[in-house]
Amino acid sequence: MRNYFRDVIGHLVLAIFAVTALVPLVLVLLNSFKGNSEILGNPFLLPREFAIENFVTAWKYGRFTEGFVNSLLLTGTTVAVVLICSSLAGYVLAGQKVRSWPIIMVYLTMAMTVPIQLFIFPLYAVAAGLGLIDNVFVVGVILAAINMPFATFLMRTFFLNVPVEVEEAALVDGLNAFQLITRVLLPMVRPGLITVGVIVGLNAWNEFLISSTFLQGRDVKTLTLGFLTMNATFSTDIGPMMAGALVLILPVLVVFIALQRYVVDGMASGAVKG
Amino acid sequence: MLTALAPDVGSPGKTRPHRSRHGNHFRKRTFTNYLLVSPALLLSIFIVVIPGIFTLLYAFTDWNGIGFEAEFVGVKNLQDIIADPVFATSLTNNIKWLALFLTLPVIIGLLTAALLLRCKRMRTFYQVIFLMPYVLAPVVNALVWQTIIYNPVGGVFGLLGITPPTALQPTSLYAAAAVDMWHYWGFLTVVYLGAMRQTPVDQVEAATVDGAGGWKVFVHVYLPSIRPTLLLMGVMTVIFSFLAFDYVYLLTQGGPANSSEVMGTFAYAFAFSSFQFGKAAAVGLIMSFFGLLASILYTWISRRSLLK
Repeated sequence: MRNYFRDVIGHLVLAIFAVTALVPLVLVLLNSFKGNSEILGNPFLLPREFAIENFVTAWKYGRFTEGFVNSLLLTGTTVAVVLICSSLAGYVLAGQKVRSWPIIMVYLTMAMTVPIQLFIFPLYAVAAGLGLIDNVFVVGVILAAINMPFATFLMRTFFLNVPVEVEEAALVDGLNAFQLITRVLLPMVRPGLITVGVIVGLNAWNEFLISSTFLQGRDVKTLTLGFLTMNATFSTDIGPMMAGALVLILPVLVVFIALQRYVVDGMASGAVKG
Repeated sequence: MLTALAPDVGSPGKTRPHRSRHGNHFRKRTFTNYLLVSPALLLSIFIVVIPGIFTLLYAFTDWNGIGFEAEFVGVKNLQDIIADPVFATSLTNNIKWLALFLTLPVIIGLLTAALLLRCKRMRTFYQVIFLMPYVLAPVVNALVWQTIIYNPVGGVFGLLGITPPTALQPTSLYAAAAVDMWHYWGFLTVVYLGAMRQTPVDQVEAATVDGAGGWKVFVHVYLPSIRPTLLLMGVMTVIFSFLAFDYVYLLTQGGPANSSEVMGTFAYAFAFSSFQFGKAAAVGLIMSFFGLLASILYTWISRRSLLK
């Protein structure tokens, strides 16, 4: 009886926190469909009409077509660079294959915690001098460098779980280091690659400080920056703002829910920056 | 297939013909390994370390961010910043931010993680919901709160007839911190739960057999067991509290009247509003100093798990 009572209380507390997490998102859903007449009423009420034009307005003024393309290019660059570099480095560090591996580990730990404000100002000046401002690929590479230490640590833990015998067998079979990594080891750490890819992908997709500083031109803005620009014009127009928010929220949540196992495991297995 | 081959490898592997050949082979392999680890390191060095060193140098100049010419001005930037009353506000706000983030999200994270530990069936469901705000962009989260919650006309605060906290000097910082914490605590739940699940089952059983109730098991078994995780997340919180930027910049721009200014927004305004990059670098340096202390502590705490 007492246990039953305790379980009910436990579920109630969890439910309250779930509601806390969800309320702002539900408000987005409810208000994205509301027309002008309903906007100033109660935000908790269900929409009486379905004002699809909110989405048309948001898409147009938030420049979401360009935004999606730019965000995909930027995130793709970051994920590709991080996966290649961090898996190679993670493999070497897991096997302790270089004598200075402890120094590299300490360096990466320090690099993981270096504030963006320590390097953004000179980096911006150099990029401006070289004409590399307003380039999504440049921002993609910068974000890759920032995510690299954490990604390398995570890849290293996945390589640690690969038995040494596998590598020895491959070397006996006459594979070189490159073949060993691409044909044997990478398929074995596939869950690790997915985990790192999703977490780093989300980081790059959502990033604000670097992207907003390095991407100023209207044609190079990412999805979130386009939405921010739209806010300047529509800050009092709740309908289109919420429609825009919904367009930005849905794809991220779909990807997250589809790959939640990897995200949750990745976060639980090691502290993730954020 | 290769795993099946593995047991046979042991014996021929041990009979190595020439010592010198082995040494040569090893050296070649070491070179390859340095080659493999170098892209990650070089990228980090060129993008983070070298510009970081420049910040260190330019913090003592009147650099305007255009080109790299600048006059050496000594510690003038640091003196100016420390004399600026907004800097005092910023530093105080960063410390308030730290105090908030070391308590509220930690308590909520521990509470929900402990409850999820017993609740096996719905665990994934709750974790996914708790993480939803965490995986969304700060820009989206901040604008959603600004438009539909902190909005005096048509938002939740408008409905209640209360002035939104973002617009009032005493509450503006907390208004931004609330949104950041709303997006962050679910992450702690997942990290703590992951750590709690590593607690040896026999310890929990032994405590339960000894008649310890849920609370006692939590305090005497789970909490000591996740101490390293608590400590590391605590140090991470210290680092990121001194770097807080996104939510403040997006929700209040440091206002009204600099009341919610943090060092991150303070430095950013120097660089990109008044083009005093030298001063911005100096603030960046001060922020990094606190972060660096915590970072050294973090490296020191995690040295065992790093180097095992």
